[in-house]
Amino acid sequence: MATQVNEPKISIDASGLYYRELNERLKELANNGTRQVELHNVYGQRYIGTSLNAPLEIEIHGTPGNDLGAFMDGPRITVYGNAQDGCGNTMNDGEIIVHGHAGDIIGLSARGGRIFVRDSVGYRAGIHMKEYQEKKPTVVIGGTAQDFLGEYMAGGVLVLLGLNGGGEHRANFIGTGMHGGAVYLKGNVEKYQLGREVGMARPSEDDWQLIKKLVVEFAGHFKYNADEILKGEFIKLFPLYLRPYGRIYAP
Amino acid sequence: MKDLDRIQNPYRDDKVIDACSIFGMMDTSGKRFSGKDIIRAIANMHDRGNGLGGGFAVYGLYPDYADRYAFHIMYLTKKGQEEVESLLRKKFHLIHQEEIPTQPTPAITDPPAVWRYFLEINELKPEGKSDDDYVVEQVMNINTQLQDAFVFSSGKNMGAFKGVGYPEDIAEYFCLEQYEGYLWTAHGRFPTNSPGWWGGAHPFCILDWTVVHNGEISSYGINRRYLEQYGYHCTMQTDTEVVAYAVDLLIRKHNLPVEIAARVLAAPLWSDIERRPPAEQELLRTLRQVYGSLLLNGPFTVIIAHHGEMIGLTDRIRLRPLTVGTKGSMLYLSSEESAIRLVCPDLDDAWIPAGGEPIIGSLQAPIKVDVEEMVAHAH
Repeated sequence: MATQVNEPKISIDASGLYYRELNERLKELANNGTRQVELHNVYGQRYIGTSLNAPLEIEIHGTPGNDLGAFMDGPRITVYGNAQDGCGNTMNDGEIIVHGHAGDIIGLSARGGRIFVRDSVGYRAGIHMKEYQEKKPTVVIGGTAQDFLGEYMAGGVLVLLGLNGGGEHRANFIGTGMHGGAVYLKGNVEKYQLGREVGMARPSEDDWQLIKKLVVEFAGHFKYNADEILKGEFIKLFPLYLRPYGRIYAP
Repeated sequence: MKDLDRIQNPYRDDKVIDACSIFGMMDTSGKRFSGKDIIRAIANMHDRGNGLGGGFAVYGLYPDYADRYAFHIMYLTKKGQEEVESLLRKKFHLIHQEEIPTQPTPAITDPPAVWRYFLEINELKPEGKSDDDYVVEQVMNINTQLQDAFVFSSGKNMGAFKGVGYPEDIAEYFCLEQYEGYLWTAHGRFPTNSPGWWGGAHPFCILDWTVVHNGEISSYGINRRYLEQYGYHCTMQTDTEVVAYAVDLLIRKHNLPVEIAARVLAAPLWSDIERRPPAEQELLRTLRQVYGSLLLNGPFTVIIAHHGEMIGLTDRIRLRPLTVGTKGSMLYLSSEESAIRLVCPDLDDAWIPAGGEPIIGSLQAPIKVDVEEMVAHAH
């Protein structure tokens, strides 16, 4: 391994750069002392930040490709634009902050780390997120989500603030197959919008502390007023059964 | 054994993550533009395909022959060509014919001969039959009865170009930068369960209808049998073909509005229908009863086009992606937003439509968007 130490801050023009080269470059920089990277002209390069486990800050200007931050273990990615599908796929640690919207399956199978999205997200947000002891993935969404939010969710926290839809959440099949974790949602949903494995409750005092903490952080990222956001009613969605298929597979 | 893996998986990855790529762009003011941008856009999604199919559809393509049916035909043998040409001379007034210009492209190997014909209906057309019906009949006749020849484009003032290769290679091969149209669609293929051959590349077409598709139509068998009753015969060995014939049947023959046809192809779930107002329930139930065999099952995102209109549609639970972008009179539809941004960085708006909700760009009206369905809005 080279001992050379790079500039702490580096800017890369990603025009025409293939995703494999770009991710190799990021890995080299992270290993050699760079702590901040600005990527410009990003148009769809996949897996940006994948598998990195150094304290790197990556600023993305443009539209990163699918599976942004997949398997990432520590860095912070800030996107000035929208994210595509699979953002935070199986992420272990770190942060992704999206100044825009994100596509389908955000945070899929995440096992840790935090994702903040200013606007809304597509289908199947948080699908099969999981948690273990102190590892608890968190996804905070400023707007709303499309169908199958929290599908097969096994752990972690999803927060929906309903900021750009007047508190109306139109998603159906919320939490289908959910068997762990929690969804906190500002505004309301009808019973028919929920999967049959999901219960609805008012947040407890502990829940409120967590919601407050996350909203303050969200507001800090995107210059919102946290108190305004916290004014409305929140509901909590939780799994009714922790092992819904236990009787089928393990009698 | 040929080492296919060397071509399809050059980096020896444990898993090759592919999917088809689709892209459409339309100037709803009707202004024509070259293929340059759409070629860049679809090439930007190169990794979604695997080089076993690429293609384009162009509208406003042949203004000099705007009133003639333009047939694009691929020939596997000289004999196939002779038989088809003798039939065309009999069944139509053949106004003009030429080999479609191509240029040597290293990535394109073993192409069939591809010709185009500009045709006028002649006196052989039976009285009472519409011109369009006559043309559909002739296309089906050639594709099912004659050996080694496939009509893959048959509309007026439009055309499809397709083959085996990455879409950017197909574009180079057919010199598509040199053509102009007001509406273009494109496809990069990752064949899932049907052969990667020239006729199996997208778009699939009949008359001026074209379809590019990402996904798998698992209802293909049912759809195909239903369409056969109306004289449509599937010959391209690929599921997507049924969508082209389905929209011709529903919209041209049965006069259904696009919005209604979309609810046949991507019918709302029964549980969803039950919550609609009574009149709408009745309509949706009727559609599912009458056209149950045209319901498309399985994951899909399609871009359907015909003259004056470009339609993006996904399956009801959106198992394949679709992103929409607008800029002035331009409408963009794409599997990935980055491909749109590459050719139009400063979009007025970009969003991800809800599953089963059609996005319609039309020459007749400003870009139609159901505002309630606009989720994931960009600022």
